[in-house]
Amino acid sequence: MSTVTDQPAPDSGGLAPDTVVAPTRGGSRKLPVVLGVLTALLAVVLLRSSHAGSTTFQLAAESDFFALPDIVVPSGPTAWLMVVACLALTAEAVRRMLAHLRQPAWIPIAFALAWMVGFLSWAAADSSIRMVSLLGGAVALAVPLVFGALGGVLGERAGVVNIAIEGQLLLGAFAAAITASLTGSPWAGLLAAMAAGALVALILGLFAITYFVDQVIVGVVLNVLVVGLTNFLFRQVLTPNAEGLNAPDGFDRLPIPVLGDIPLIGPILFRQTPLVYVLYAVVALVAYALYRTRWGLRVRAVGEHPKAADTVGIKVNRTRYRTLLLAGAIAGAGGAYYTLVSVGQFNREMTGGAGYIALAAVIAGKWDPIRATLAALLFGFATNLQGVLSVIGSPVPSQFMLMLPYLVGILAVAGLVGRSRPPAADGVPYRQQ
Amino acid sequence: MKTPPATPEVDRAEDSGVPPERSRSVLREIVSGDALAGVLAVLLAVFVGSVMIAATDETVRETAGYLTARPSDFLTALWDAVSGAYSAMFRGAIFNYNLADPAQQWRPLTETLKFAGPLILGGLGVGLAFRAALFNIGGRGQMLIAGGAAGYVGFQLDLPTIVHLPLAIVVGMVAGALWGGIAGLLKARTGAHEVIVTIMLNYVAYYLLFWALTKDWLLKTPGSVNPKSPPMKETATLPRVLGEQFNLHLGFVLALVAVGVVWWLLNRSTLGYRIRAVGENPHAARASGINVGRTYTVVMMVAGSLLGLAGVNQVLGTVSSGVSLDLDASIGFDAITVALLGRSRPLGILAAGLLFGAFKAGGFTMQASENISVDLVLVVQSLIVLFLAAPPLVRAIFRLPAQEAK
Repeated sequence: MSTVTDQPAPDSGGLAPDTVVAPTRGGSRKLPVVLGVLTALLAVVLLRSSHAGSTTFQLAAESDFFALPDIVVPSGPTAWLMVVACLALTAEAVRRMLAHLRQPAWIPIAFALAWMVGFLSWAAADSSIRMVSLLGGAVALAVPLVFGALGGVLGERAGVVNIAIEGQLLLGAFAAAITASLTGSPWAGLLAAMAAGALVALILGLFAITYFVDQVIVGVVLNVLVVGLTNFLFRQVLTPNAEGLNAPDGFDRLPIPVLGDIPLIGPILFRQTPLVYVLYAVVALVAYALYRTRWGLRVRAVGEHPKAADTVGIKVNRTRYRTLLLAGAIAGAGGAYYTLVSVGQFNREMTGGAGYIALAAVIAGKWDPIRATLAALLFGFATNLQGVLSVIGSPVPSQFMLMLPYLVGILAVAGLVGRSRPPAADGVPYRQQ
Repeated sequence: MKTPPATPEVDRAEDSGVPPERSRSVLREIVSGDALAGVLAVLLAVFVGSVMIAATDETVRETAGYLTARPSDFLTALWDAVSGAYSAMFRGAIFNYNLADPAQQWRPLTETLKFAGPLILGGLGVGLAFRAALFNIGGRGQMLIAGGAAGYVGFQLDLPTIVHLPLAIVVGMVAGALWGGIAGLLKARTGAHEVIVTIMLNYVAYYLLFWALTKDWLLKTPGSVNPKSPPMKETATLPRVLGEQFNLHLGFVLALVAVGVVWWLLNRSTLGYRIRAVGENPHAARASGINVGRTYTVVMMVAGSLLGLAGVNQVLGTVSSGVSLDLDASIGFDAITVALLGRSRPLGILAAGLLFGAFKAGGFTMQASENISVDLVLVVQSLIVLFLAAPPLVRAIFRLPAQEAK
């Protein structure tokens, strides 16, 4: 890794944090400020409304090897205890800022956990939260985001900003719906979705790699094009023939025998659809291949220093094309999740900005497949929280809960996760001399 | 988006126009220049649109089944589908030859201008940000927030027209400026990329407006369950400029004024100089003493106020029946294509806005009379921009001589 990433970084394009206006060295005030604001927010919410009674966290699901007991806590005291914990963590962050120390990753993570427990004990006072549906739903909602984020990581590691993830998801969803309806096979639908994603990636590559057009602009215009195309075809073709073309056979839930019975983890991770298991494999493969294979080294080389890669005989643009096509296929597979699993048919603009959230996950995950996956899971959690809380009747207006994933996205790209440095040649087209 | 100063392997794609060489003949200039590529890009996009119309037309598909037996049926159906679509667009956008009354015949043209107004305003907002190398895709959010704020003033307050209308307009523009400024400020302070931030802010704005539309003391119509506000007071609506029989309202005039103001701002003011300097090369701009971060914030605020004016135009003019969640009518995204087609120049944006306004007016007529989805317009627009972005691609398709190497 260090052999290619430790180059002196020229200024790059892409979605890099802007180093002209925001030099990233030195004790950052961002983390303490945000932690303080969030702590204050939680305290204000607790002060302004009642929180009597107790909150139950249900850990067990049916058919576990053994049933975990429910955890019942008094709502008010627990929430306030967590406020104190958040205060302590904020104080630690402030101390580190004043001492010009680095902010370690455990502070925001511990803070997020404490804040979340405090918030949930308040929001679910006098009722119970099923942890399995809270976390399992988060995984389910994160699936297209993780596929999209992996597509984004791959493209950007090779030096091409893949803003077109949104379009790849949407066209993938569209292709999967039609193909699975016509063939009756969800696997064929998945393949079609991957082909559709790769097609969008090919067009992106044509403009970005071959014709040196600004990648961010092409990506956004491609997204608009896919929205127009799918809306047009949806109205002209799918709606009149909804029975034959927009009623796909989806993937069914497929619990894995032994793993699925592990308490808590089993129901969350191993009672999902086959597409989710494909996702696990893809995450592992991409993470392994990017860092441990010759192919991965080449991909990273053309993304960090294309000229050096060219000098040692790596075909820069060919490598970029291939990686981008693979990235598009992966993102397209994420689109299939909408039509083959979660929704069951194609609708206008059904991806709803998930591609952009996936991009935020790429940045928050610092262009690393595993960390981007975790960031995408966080976004999935933020989305699922709204659904779970609306069922138990939370006091927060639903519109504010629906905003949550996008607010988390803004926080993520504003650099709260710490310093992130994109591939050096991200977004910069390569012209051979 | 931002690129280092001209190292050999890096090129600013937007400025790929080659400096003209005097020795070249005029003909060669025309054939290989960007102007022809632009016209051909529009033709290509319209052609692709025609293919889409034909491919989804029932009669065309039926006749294609016995194409070899009776090709004339197929060709007739093809011609009917495509020409029907485009003549409907012409009737909807410029001149309706099916009507007798001359005033009514030209009514479509006023509709085109009505649709062009917010597109020009939005295009100016996106284009101005482009000049500072910022990509503002937060037009939707800026319009929603501005429309909500202007709508609040528009129906909650009781004031004489002379105060009410300007106040509503200014409040809307300020709201748009503040919303746009968030992205600029975040970029200036944290380096967060404005593309992600503005997109996220679009959704946040949507849910914020949604929430406001459920509260009686904000925008909700008392007693109604629909997320829609009461209609605007008469004193706060933009007056019609060609009499009551035409829908064209003052918003278009405001758009024309905005074109002039933005032109002056960009080309004659200190701020404009800073904007262009930051857009060309932020490092050099900073070295010459320009506060890059503050410029980002100010540009995004001005851009937000322009998109805010587009939102105001919708709420107080085009749809004065009340603030709703779809008040942006996808103008926030259309504005991107307008700005790109207009090459981020105020006059170019004016022309592009008029063209896309015509597409929009015609698209609705096409959907109504030919049952072809208005989304086709979106496809054609984005194709035009894509083809325009890569003149070498268009030249390759038409086998035109390549531009001489730099």
